[in-house]
Amino acid sequence: MTQVERQQWDVVVVGAGGAGLRAAIEAREQGLRTAVICKSLFGKAHTVMAEGGIAASMGNVNAGDNWQVHFRDTMRGGKFLNSWRMAELHAKEAPDRVWELETWGALFDRTKDGRISQRNFGGHEYPRLAHVGDRTGLELIRTLQQKVVSLQQQDFKETGDYESRIKVFQECTVTRILKGPDGRVSGIFYYERESGRFFVIESPAVVLATGGIGKSFKVTSNSWEYTGDGHALALLAGASLINMEFVQFHPTGMVWPPSVKGILVTESVRGDGGVLRNSEGKRFMFDYIPDVFKEKYAQSEDEGDRWYEDPDNNRRPPELLPRDEVARAINSEVKAGRGSPHGGVFLDVSTRLPAEEIKRRLPSMHHQFKELADVDITAEPMEVGPTCHYVMGGVDVDPDTAAALGVPGLFAAGEVAGGMHGSNRLGGNSLSDLLVFGRRAGLYAAEYARDAAGSGAKRAEVDEEQIAAASAEALRPFSAEAGAGAAGKDGDADGGTRPPENPYTLHQELQQSMNDLVGIIRREAEMSEALNRLGDLRVRARRAGVEGHRQFNPGWHLALDMRNMLLVSECVARAARERTESRGGHTRDDHPAMDRDWRKQNLVCRLADPAGGALPAADVPDPERGQIRLEKREMPPIRPDLLDLFEKDELVKYLTDEELTE
Amino acid sequence: MTTAPTTGYTAHFKVWRGDDEGGGLEDFEVEVNEGEVVLDIIHRLQATQAPDLAVRWNCKAGKCGSCSAEINGRPRLLCMTRMSVFDRAETITVTPLRAFPVVRDLVTDVGFNYEKAREIPSFVPPEKLAPGEYRMQQEDVDRSQEFRKCIECFLCQDTCHVVRDHEENKASFAGPRFLMRVAELDMHPLDAAKDEGLDRRTSAQDEHGLGYCNITKCCTEVCPEHIKITDNALIPLKERAADRKYDPLVWLGNKIFRRKE
Ligand SMILES: Cc1cc2nc3c(=O)[nH]c(=O)nc-3n(C[C@H](O)[C@H](O)[C@H](O)COP(=O)(O)OP(=O)(O)OC[C@H]3O[C@@H](n4cnc5c(N)ncnc54)[C@H](O)[C@@H]3O)c2cc1C
Ligand code: SF4
Ligand code: SF4
Ligand code: FES
Repeated sequence: MTQVERQQWDVVVVGAGGAGLRAAIEAREQGLRTAVICKSLFGKAHTVMAEGGIAASMGNVNAGDNWQVHFRDTMRGGKFLNSWRMAELHAKEAPDRVWELETWGALFDRTKDGRISQRNFGGHEYPRLAHVGDRTGLELIRTLQQKVVSLQQQDFKETGDYESRIKVFQECTVTRILKGPDGRVSGIFYYERESGRFFVIESPAVVLATGGIGKSFKVTSNSWEYTGDGHALALLAGASLINMEFVQFHPTGMVWPPSVKGILVTESVRGDGGVLRNSEGKRFMFDYIPDVFKEKYAQSEDEGDRWYEDPDNNRRPPELLPRDEVARAINSEVKAGRGSPHGGVFLDVSTRLPAEEIKRRLPSMHHQFKELADVDITAEPMEVGPTCHYVMGGVDVDPDTAAALGVPGLFAAGEVAGGMHGSNRLGGNSLSDLLVFGRRAGLYAAEYARDAAGSGAKRAEVDEEQIAAASAEALRPFSAEAGAGAAGKDGDADGGTRPPENPYTLHQELQQSMNDLVGIIRREAEMSEALNRLGDLRVRARRAGVEGHRQFNPGWHLALDMRNMLLVSECVARAARERTESRGGHTRDDHPAMDRDWRKQNLVCRLADPAGGALPAADVPDPERGQIRLEKREMPPIRPDLLDLFEKDELVKYLTDEELTE
Repeated sequence: MTTAPTTGYTAHFKVWRGDDEGGGLEDFEVEVNEGEVVLDIIHRLQATQAPDLAVRWNCKAGKCGSCSAEINGRPRLLCMTRMSVFDRAETITVTPLRAFPVVRDLVTDVGFNYEKAREIPSFVPPEKLAPGEYRMQQEDVDRSQEFRKCIECFLCQDTCHVVRDHEENKASFAGPRFLMRVAELDMHPLDAAKDEGLDRRTSAQDEHGLGYCNITKCCTEVCPEHIKITDNALIPLKERAADRKYDPLVWLGNKIFRRKE
């Protein structure tokens, strides 16, 4: 076994998106030496793609806004399954996190009186999203990136080394969290994409900020990075995931041409006046306002149209219902045969705003459609349909500290963390989530690392055995090929007689299965079928083989990512089959109603065999058993002062009778 | 669901394959379908013919600036180059960015850009304003906002003749992207660099190599964000730097300021 190089850092942050960078900035400002690891280049994480804005109740456009209103909207959006404590912290701290960005150089769009402008978005009662045109994520990531650079410049002045206190290891992929014998985190194992070499960082505190899981679905707005790595790393380290059944399908993704299917069309199009129509030209959303929202949405087109100018005396148009509602409505229209030529519906802003205004407010949408679909959105409608966009589920964390439950030294923030958004996330609430909980994760990870150092307790050691196991796991795809090659295509190390599997093929089959069987509308039998197929894919993934060598080899990378996608997909399918109701991002054809008894229940996913899993996917003869164990857990009761923020008639729709009488 | 008409055809591609020790163009025949971009074709090659073909990409929507390469010799984003812009019979040649060292296949080492980014002094927040107290008019932030649309694809850095074939200039030239960053901060209504004795304009000239730029506008031409790098950032920066240098009053002011330090 070749020697694996080791480094020591105080805090390691896995991920350089909004959550990871905010965590790293905080840990470094707390005085700890902080390493950031990310799969792509610095500044290119998924956050860069966010378009619409950051939700924060600054009240710049409508002074009626405050944290309580934001909290209410968030809980409603999540159908009361949210961790209410996270929703509270998020609503309270978001404005400070946005203002802080300005002191780091961010330039948001302005109001007439020079403040940060805020725009309307689905589910938000007031204009609340701070934005920069429709490229808010770019502004966020660039600002955080530049803040990291400014800290590095400070460190350079003091130490002569830019990277003495905060360093970004770019194009590196973490494949294992390492733990000491006492169960505490001891570091991470990663490979460098460029060279294919392996490294270990020893560190008492690890923050996961790896984003989402969308690449397990065929039609998705997510990039190749979204293979659920952090979710899987947490599971493999012994942590648990919650709410994995809740996957957000954004109502408006591009549907044509096929090569761009799934790419996001920002909700700002609707926030700024765009409307949805079916093939008959009808604004069908008026037919889909659910009872719980009846009082809050316009009942006629006239009222909806007046709302943009006079929101105090009119109700908002139903195009701005929470995403799950709109996505289901589009799905139904298409199924009923009232779809657009390429299987979507029409989203039209061209008849609603002057061309110049569209170009100013939605520049990247204008560009995207012109360049990729030959559609001029100032002159004609777009065709859109649902696309897999965001996972509400994630690492089971302590709401205040972002510490992963059950694994000392492990923290999680951003899309990889669960709880905050309940069963459905409101647009704009992710970017604010990244900043609020990224900062908290960095703060408490720093505190934990400092205490660990201060207590004199020795850092948990990384032993050679763990490193050897992690290396063997990572190298497996190469030997799959060698084995088959040596035995003349009909023998491989696992005793199978079949040739190695092409990881690209495995991935495509996984995406198709998840899309078809655990997609936007779910049925029990289909999910059981999905679990069967996942079991089969898991066995085949053991034989995933790659050609070539270790330098920047995408086939190899994908073969390794399969472990994570399979684990996470099983969590989604298993939890979705278990939850026999429809709520937020989880819609059951066979259980179409929301069930108040399920409101307090979290489904918790754990590795079935925590000791195993050192190698990917032990051959499980019975796919029903799988790798994941599910457990129901009751949520803590909502604090009374927070409940008091709602009208009783509204609570009746969500809470159980016993909760109401308490 | 309606399916799009299939108007597939077979295209001829030449893709550079190799590493820092050398390499060459490899020929491929590959299927192309309606609406596809060059990155789709590269992905098809990976999935069907060359599983270890190295390429960078993330968003596939022109937002992250990862997939920069040269197509028929011109710096472009692979994900925003439609196949329909080429003649069907044309051979399409895809090569890595020429100004940066090759890592493997289409992937280059863009570390130069990250080094340059570090050399540009950061935004200096005004001391007297607390978070939440910043007030700026839209028309005053418009200019800097244009530059902040930059997705750091580094196509402009790749194309600029000052460094494209002149490795020796790299040490003293920040390149259009980072000169533009200086301009962005210089035009930021609340940047307080001056209070710290930092004059961004003269430093653009003296430390970041603005003088090398002879306003050929090649950078502007390749920018996928259509930022007017030369007209709106570099030329004004040159003018401001010139003002700064030759205006005797400013010159005097500088001296006095310096002495006070
Ligand atoms: C097209 C689009 C538009 C959106 N618009 C909005 C919006 O307007 N408002 C809003 O609030 N939300 C929006 N969202 C959602 C939001 O952008 C994401 O939820 C959010 O950016 C996730 O941030 P993050 O910090 O958790 O992770 P990311 O930004 O995805 O970063 C993840 C990081 O982890 C790294 N990583 C992952 N796995 C590993 C590994 N194994 N080893 C090392 N590093 C790893 C990645 O390289 C990356 O650096 C949008 C999402 C999409 C796709
Ligand atoms: S305008 Fe200046 S910076 Fe741009 S390509 Fe020409 S010389 Fe280079
Ligand atoms: S200025 Fe334009 S070409 Fe240059 S890096 Fe930025 S986006 Fe790319
Ligand atoms: S992949 Fe993001 S710009 Fe091309």
